[in-house]
Amino acid sequence: MLKVKALLWGGVFMMSQFSVAMADERYRPIDNPVVEKECGSCHMAFQPQMMPKRSWEKIMDGLDDHFGEDASLSADVSQEIRDYLVANAADAGWWSGKFMRGIKEGDAPMRITEMPYWVREHRKEVPARAWDDPKVKTKANCQACHRDAKRGYYDDD
Amino acid sequence: MRKMIFTLLGVGALLGTSYAAQANSVLILEGYQAQAQMDDPAFREFSAERGQEFFSQNHTGGKPQTPSCTTCHTADPSGAGQTRAGKTIAPLAISKTPDRYSDFEKVEKWFRRNCTSVLGRTCSAREKGDFITFMKTR
Ligand code: HEC
Ligand code: HEC
Ligand code: HEC
Repeated sequence: MLKVKALLWGGVFMMSQFSVAMADERYRPIDNPVVEKECGSCHMAFQPQMMPKRSWEKIMDGLDDHFGEDASLSADVSQEIRDYLVANAADAGWWSGKFMRGIKEGDAPMRITEMPYWVREHRKEVPARAWDDPKVKTKANCQACHRDAKRGYYDDD
Repeated sequence: MRKMIFTLLGVGALLGTSYAAQANSVLILEGYQAQAQMDDPAFREFSAERGQEFFSQNHTGGKPQTPSCTTCHTADPSGAGQTRAGKTIAPLAISKTPDRYSDFEKVEKWFRRNCTSVLGRTCSAREKGDFITFMKTR
């Protein structure tokens, strides 16, 4: 009996350790200075773990008309960024990130804010008037609400 | 003139980055000057007034979301601007942001992008030179 209990607690302990490790892994701060600089000048550089590879490919294919703006880059810089985003995408690891929940195979949203997981998390908990705050300006302005977004923390508030 | 600029650059490096940045922006303007003269042999010099007008006016031919440079940089170059996604942009005036117009690749990248967004075409050397000349007076 004692043994079973010990095993159980051991299991709980391991699980908690595991979930801490997972939390750190989820949305890592961007550690590529080129991506940080080139994708972080008009908005925060978004963590690639929030969209699938196919979405990032589509974004990188259309930088000269990027949400109504010219965000084009030279070919070599663009390739380096593409490689980083794809290698760290939501569906790049052996397990799929939370952001893959509810997304249909083949769907390639161009916005994190159109990913089903993002929509669900924000529909539940964000009062409609929060979006009208002039400081927020757009849903894509993550840092207006998530102060530590750059460091990958989104569950602080 | 060349020699003077290089001396300036050297001294700048000694005195600190903000002087080096200034010297670099002199070099960049020199480059636009030469190009503007090639485009139009009658061209004499850049004008801060023309630069101001170019900066402030509404243009046509670009994307509907961005009719003017002031859409993001605001009408006051010594104040901070804001991107459409809500990120703060440091002032364009050299007096407020001393390392502006000192990195040729950066300058060219943003002229290329912003001119395409606002005017639907690239900017001429003269427009770029007028613009920087205006920002140096601010
Ligand atoms: C010239 C400015 C500019 C640059 C540079 C830029 N973007 Fe954007 N980006 C925008 C704008 C404007 C939007 C739309 C914002 C909105 O509608 O709220 C946007 C939106 C996005 C979105 C969707 C955000 C959402 O709603 O979920 C993603 C993803 C994105 N950008 C990725 C990138 C990547 C990757 C790079 C680097 C290769 C990059 N951006 C560089 C201007 C830029
Ligand atoms: C108007 C404020 C607001 C904006 C803007 C906003 N969020 Fe959120 N977000 C919230 C709130 C509130 C929650 C739910 C409370 C919580 O878990 O922190 C949330 C939850 C989340 C979660 C789930 C957190 C968890 O528990 O793991 C993620 C991930 C997230 N947001 C990412 C983003 C990203 C990425 C952006 C920008 C593209 C963004 N948010 C923009 C307010 C906002
Ligand atoms: C859609 C928003 C937007 C518009 C419109 C816009 N800019 Fe910018 N501009 C930016 C951003 C973002 C940066 C880069 C951030 C920074 O350097 O602080 C920038 C940087 C620049 C730079 C680089 C300065 C340096 O540091 O060397 C120049 C030059 C520039 N803009 C000129 C213009 C001109 C000229 C126009 C009008 C034809 C214009 N911009 C319109 C957003 C905009």
